[in-house]
Amino acid sequence: MSLDTYICKILSHKEIAPNVFDVTVKAPEIAAAAQPGQFLHVKCGDEIAMPLRRPISICSAGSGCVRFIYQVKGKGTEGLTKENDSLDILGPLGHGFVIDNETYKKPAVIGGGIGAYPLLYLTQKLKNAKVFMGFRTKELVTLETDFNMCAKEVKIATDDGSYGYHGFSIELLEETLKAGEADIIYCCGPKPMLKAVKDMAEKYNVKCQVSLEERMGCGIGACLTCSCETKTEGTWKYKRVCKNGPVFWSDEVVL
Amino acid sequence: MKNLKVNIAGVELNNPVIAASGTFGFGREYGEFYNLDELGAISVKGLTLNPREGNPPPRIAETYGGILNSVGLQNPGVKAFITYELPELKKHSCKVIANMAGSTFEDYYEMAEILSDSDVDMLEVNISCPNVRSGGVAFGTNASTIYEITKGIKKYAKKPVIIKLSPNVTDIGEMAVAAEQGGADAISLINTLLGMAIDINSRKPILANVKGGFSGPAVKPVAVRMVYEAKNKVKVPIIGMGGITTGDDAVEFMIAGASAVMVGTANFMNPYACPDVKKGILAYMDKYNIEDVNSIVNTVQL
Ligand SMILES: Cc1cc2nc3c(=O)[nH]c(=O)nc-3n(C[C@H](O)[C@H](O)[C@H](O)COP(=O)(O)OP(=O)(O)OC[C@H]3O[C@@H](n4cnc5c(N)ncnc54)[C@H](O)[C@@H]3O)c2cc1C
Ligand SMILES: Cc1cc2nc3c(=O)[nH]c(=O)nc-3n(C[C@H](O)[C@H](O)[C@H](O)COP(=O)(O)O)c2cc1C
Ligand code: FES
Repeated sequence: MSLDTYICKILSHKEIAPNVFDVTVKAPEIAAAAQPGQFLHVKCGDEIAMPLRRPISICSAGSGCVRFIYQVKGKGTEGLTKENDSLDILGPLGHGFVIDNETYKKPAVIGGGIGAYPLLYLTQKLKNAKVFMGFRTKELVTLETDFNMCAKEVKIATDDGSYGYHGFSIELLEETLKAGEADIIYCCGPKPMLKAVKDMAEKYNVKCQVSLEERMGCGIGACLTCSCETKTEGTWKYKRVCKNGPVFWSDEVVL
Repeated sequence: MKNLKVNIAGVELNNPVIAASGTFGFGREYGEFYNLDELGAISVKGLTLNPREGNPPPRIAETYGGILNSVGLQNPGVKAFITYELPELKKHSCKVIANMAGSTFEDYYEMAEILSDSDVDMLEVNISCPNVRSGGVAFGTNASTIYEITKGIKKYAKKPVIIKLSPNVTDIGEMAVAAEQGGADAISLINTLLGMAIDINSRKPILANVKGGFSGPAVKPVAVRMVYEAKNKVKVPIIGMGGITTGDDAVEFMIAGASAVMVGTANFMNPYACPDVKKGILAYMDKYNIEDVNSIVNTVQL
């Protein structure tokens, strides 16, 4: 695996929903190494004023290019919206999703809000994935066409019912689990959603992988600032989201 | 050939650039970016007698020009360090500095003894960690305690002892003198400044631990001043740090009185920060026709 920083030329950068930007950069080394679920550590502006890079998931990769989608949250992501020719990117980082199309024939992919983005590359690598996406409202629904091109089935839910199913995407997931239509779940989204999906996976006794978020320093495993609680065989310990994760088996993490 | 070698308490470093404790793990990760032989030394993640899990997350917050951290000394313990990490580090020509912290005097003595029997080159005593409730800062903010603990550790240590000072004090010179009188072979400063950041929307502190250690570019002027004040009071070599991101920053610390420098937070901004600082020091030496890096040390023109 190559680990380095690259100055990546921005090939396209467009707003696809209010405050949500879709970026494609030229990054042959990153594209060649990238695995679904891995992330990039992106410099977002003047490094003296803003010393930390921002972690952003890889949305897809190929042909020497890497795509990511970010939502504007604070001054870092605000800085990304500026007219830049190129970006300083460290990556690809972390451990991504376990993909095993032999063992798992009926994968279910569930995402909420910005958690939808890393799941696209995953779905592209899976066979016959059923995808469940939840967004707050219609205007935030993104990537539907992209998912339709690689998934067996795509169901969208909105909290306010303005598009697709009215309610939460986990309700759609539960129907599938009840029908015995999934043998592995992949999840990325806000913490309450991760927790609900983890519990549901336990209830239906289906393997489940979750992608976690934590505030990060180095992004490579050296500073121990990005800890998450894990529990294996009764003993709990902190693991590093940036290095041991961001993707974990759901029965390993304490949410 | 320009000379970059420096001698700290009898230990010769290839160059004056040292990776700062807690920002560089045990070197494995940054070793994927460049050969660790580039460094003068590595100060490893703060070690404790027994393994520690540290504080709950979030443990890091960004503020203007700096960061706050509340890792709380998560580490595998001194014995696991010696067994699993030290042999890897010793494959390199850079020196290994064992950074250690305890909650009682006895903890420090026992660690000094254990580490003295290992292959580490020097001991760095963290008496100033702001992220540990028991001890930590309490040791590092009182001159007579600094004197006592240094004197005690020196009885058990068979390697040069660096005392790392806390900036959270009224008179840094007094603390430096206490360490020197206690027998410190060198002094390093500054550890992080105690800080806090609040999310104004939720009115909650950003760090789960509420307060944390402030480091990064924003602390540099405070750190340079403290190195300067300490150098005016003691003869032992000083290792300066706090906000160094470039060779010019490092040179500034050396002019203020530091014989070597440590680079911490900058590693997060730029994984090549340490070798870049080294290159920057060489560029300064070229510019002013300086042959020996040691000739920069303690040369403030008042
Ligand atoms: C592994 C991983 C993958 C991610 N992928 C994406 C993605 O694909 N698209 C996307 O829009 N966002 C993603 N995020 C969240 C994104 O990192 C944050 O929204 C971003 O860091 C906010 O920075 P800011 O300066 O705009 O906000 P501020 O709130 O001003 O940030 C202040 C500090 O807190 C950190 N921070 C704030 N929120 C988060 C968060 N949720 N997670 C981690 N650090 C945070 C920032 O990095 C920064 O250091 C991901 C986070 C992680 C950990
Ligand atoms: C994430 C983090 C962890 C740290 N852990 C330690 C530690 O374990 N022991 C120690 O003596 N100093 C520790 N420090 C302090 C640094 O070694 C250094 O003194 C301080 O950060 C100032 O330098 P800088 O501005 O270059 O980072 C830590 C700093 C950071 C940012
Ligand atoms: S961010 Fe430094 S260890 Fe994860």
